[in-house]
Amino acid sequence: MQALVNKIIPFSSVDGPGNRTAIFLQGCNFNCAYCHNPETINTCVNCGQCVSVCPVGALRMQDGQVTYDYDKCVFCDACFKHCPNSSSPRVRRMTAAQVMEQVRKNMPFIRGITVSGGECTMQRDFLVELLGLAKAEGLSTLLDSNGSYDFSKDPQLMEVTDGVMLDVKAWTSQDHEQVTGVDNAVVRANLEFLAKAGKLEELRTVVSPGLFDAERAVREASAIAARYQDLHPMRYKIICYRPMGVRQAEKERLQQPTEEYLAQLAQLARQQGIRDVVVT
Amino acid sequence: MRSISMETVEAKRQEILATLKDPTATHEQKVTYLARHAENFMTVLDEPEGLDELMRCDPEDRCICNLFEGDAPYRPRYICPDYETFMKQGSAFLQLDPPKDLWEALNSLQILYHNVPSITNYPVYIGDLDLLLEPFVKDVDDETAKKALRLFLTSVDRTILDSFCHANVGPTMTRAGLLLMQVEAELENAVPNLTMRVSKETPDEFVLAGIECALHSAKPSFANDRMFRSELGDDYCIASCYNGLHKGGGSYTLCRLLLGGIAKRSKNIQDFKENQLPYVMDVMARYMDERVRFVVEESGFFESNFLALEGLIHRDRFSAMFGLVGMAECVNDLLEKEGIEGRFGHSEAADKLAVEIMEQINDFCNAHPAPYCEGTDGHYLLHAQVGLDSDQHSSPGTRIPIGEEPEELIDHLKNINLFHKYFPSGTGDIFPVDLTVHKNPKFVLDIVRGAFEQEIRYLSFYRNDSDVIRVTGYLVKRSEMEKLAAGHNVLQNTTGLGLGASRNCHILDRRVR
Repeated sequence: MQALVNKIIPFSSVDGPGNRTAIFLQGCNFNCAYCHNPETINTCVNCGQCVSVCPVGALRMQDGQVTYDYDKCVFCDACFKHCPNSSSPRVRRMTAAQVMEQVRKNMPFIRGITVSGGECTMQRDFLVELLGLAKAEGLSTLLDSNGSYDFSKDPQLMEVTDGVMLDVKAWTSQDHEQVTGVDNAVVRANLEFLAKAGKLEELRTVVSPGLFDAERAVREASAIAARYQDLHPMRYKIICYRPMGVRQAEKERLQQPTEEYLAQLAQLARQQGIRDVVVT
Repeated sequence: MRSISMETVEAKRQEILATLKDPTATHEQKVTYLARHAENFMTVLDEPEGLDELMRCDPEDRCICNLFEGDAPYRPRYICPDYETFMKQGSAFLQLDPPKDLWEALNSLQILYHNVPSITNYPVYIGDLDLLLEPFVKDVDDETAKKALRLFLTSVDRTILDSFCHANVGPTMTRAGLLLMQVEAELENAVPNLTMRVSKETPDEFVLAGIECALHSAKPSFANDRMFRSELGDDYCIASCYNGLHKGGGSYTLCRLLLGGIAKRSKNIQDFKENQLPYVMDVMARYMDERVRFVVEESGFFESNFLALEGLIHRDRFSAMFGLVGMAECVNDLLEKEGIEGRFGHSEAADKLAVEIMEQINDFCNAHPAPYCEGTDGHYLLHAQVGLDSDQHSSPGTRIPIGEEPEELIDHLKNINLFHKYFPSGTGDIFPVDLTVHKNPKFVLDIVRGAFEQEIRYLSFYRNDSDVIRVTGYLVKRSEMEKLAAGHNVLQNTTGLGLGASRNCHILDRRVR
């Protein structure tokens, strides 16, 4: 089973507890205003616009396809910064075994893997295979998900997933549509399902004042999650919106929160009973 | 004793005058330097032929360095007293009975510290503090114990004026050990340097307490207990920068090969391996033999010092350290001479050549009969020396040069995994880490655990915006370096070394992980 892999970070300290290899899959079904890696949203359509901006000739047009030379690449990111399609020509098509081969190089320094994106559940079959391979070698498996996939209907995936780091991008449908362009009934259902199943590893809310009611999102999500904390320790991560990587039009519109406001939100989560709250 | 020329005398008098007038040196620092000047008037060593050309020459051509040890060694370079025995028997010379409570224990230790000589005149090893103090903290509550430890450690920082002073904790978790970690995190002092020995049995809780502490005060570093124990036995300790030595023993001397200089005088790889390296190693080993001989046979140290007379050190637990620096520069230079592409830490050819060179040095060391080194099977111990503030174009030991670290930490770790096993008397690598880790200290835990499953010996971490930072092996405060740079006196000798290293060795530019 193959998947489109945007990139693999050998050692990550920010994608779950401990040191983990983070695998970013290509493709997302949300379109978040503050997305800091918009190049992971869409599949490449081979328009070729990136070829001319590559300073080292690592990209070429061949038979209507954009080809990418990893060895030549200097990772200046010019290609996806100029992509009109929120994609990247550096995406590789890899099998689960090939990804696992990359992961294995980082052992024994890592405790597990985290599959992120994009939205990793969009490549569900690959995911099941990769997580199974990782677990077989004693690694823990985490998913970083926007919660759009109904986990309750997929026991096979849950079997190989140790935990999900779930985005709570907003609470009400209206707010969620403001932030992501889509409704969030499934996200809310997932929150409770995962918490109850002892598989909720982390909740994350990116805060940008004026975009959505962050207080409500943090309060409601915390209240549900806190009830199941003893089944599986969970962390609430309140994330400050930062313009790095964000699309220009959005950058001009979005605001950064103050430290005080973030601290207030953290306090709110604690008041609902969440023990491990972090502002980042 | 050979005579010296009036010209040399005059040159040395000028150096002494400069020391007397140095506005940035404290009184104690001047006294230390003056003693060194006096020692260097002596010509008591029967030095091997060829040493001058290799050691007392232009810095660019230098192949051997004695680290300013002085020309008449009158005490071993590093002394690691058996503090457990001291706690049991007290000291007749110091007129101290064995301590009965925490107050007496801390007081006795401080008194002993002031009577432990070394190359720096300060103790380079001050004991396994957790194990020494555990029997005494049981009688007091946490707050009282922390108050006592805070005063004790502050006194150590302000009176042992040199951060080559090293305390050990672990591998067992104790209440004293946990309290020490809490207090050290809070104090953010440069002295003492601190190592946590970590084995498979060391609980995560203790290692994490060490990591939290390190993110505040750049210490402890983490030592692979399994490796040190298998090489040196159960009575090992970590002294000075990161030197594995016997407790109740130490090291007579430490000299170092400047591999960059040896590469420079070589025509090609073959000349380096067959002629130049063997020649320089032989001269250095014989120079060390002579230094050891003088300390043991002529200085009278072991016959007169109370540490030896009271059984706190034993002559037969001493060894000496055969050091080296500049592997990266050596390999890069040799490859360039051969027209082969590749740089140390980035190419298989370079790393392979470095391993071959290490094997050759290791074989030499294990073949050379070292006098008075019974404690280490009659051989010197290899040591990856951390460099001097005056070193230029010469990286510590086998480290990848600052600024050339591989982009991914995993590739960096794979490189160091090739070399740490050669150095029972110490090597180490240093990683500044991003503040984000503050919220995920298990990231560092995983790296330490993984490293110690492999053949990685010693790792240090500090927060990239911390005031206390690790220079090469020792610690300094950035704020103290700034004071010194502005021309003011500072308390600790090592601040000056740190300032030099930040100017010459780019220690503030390490890749942040």
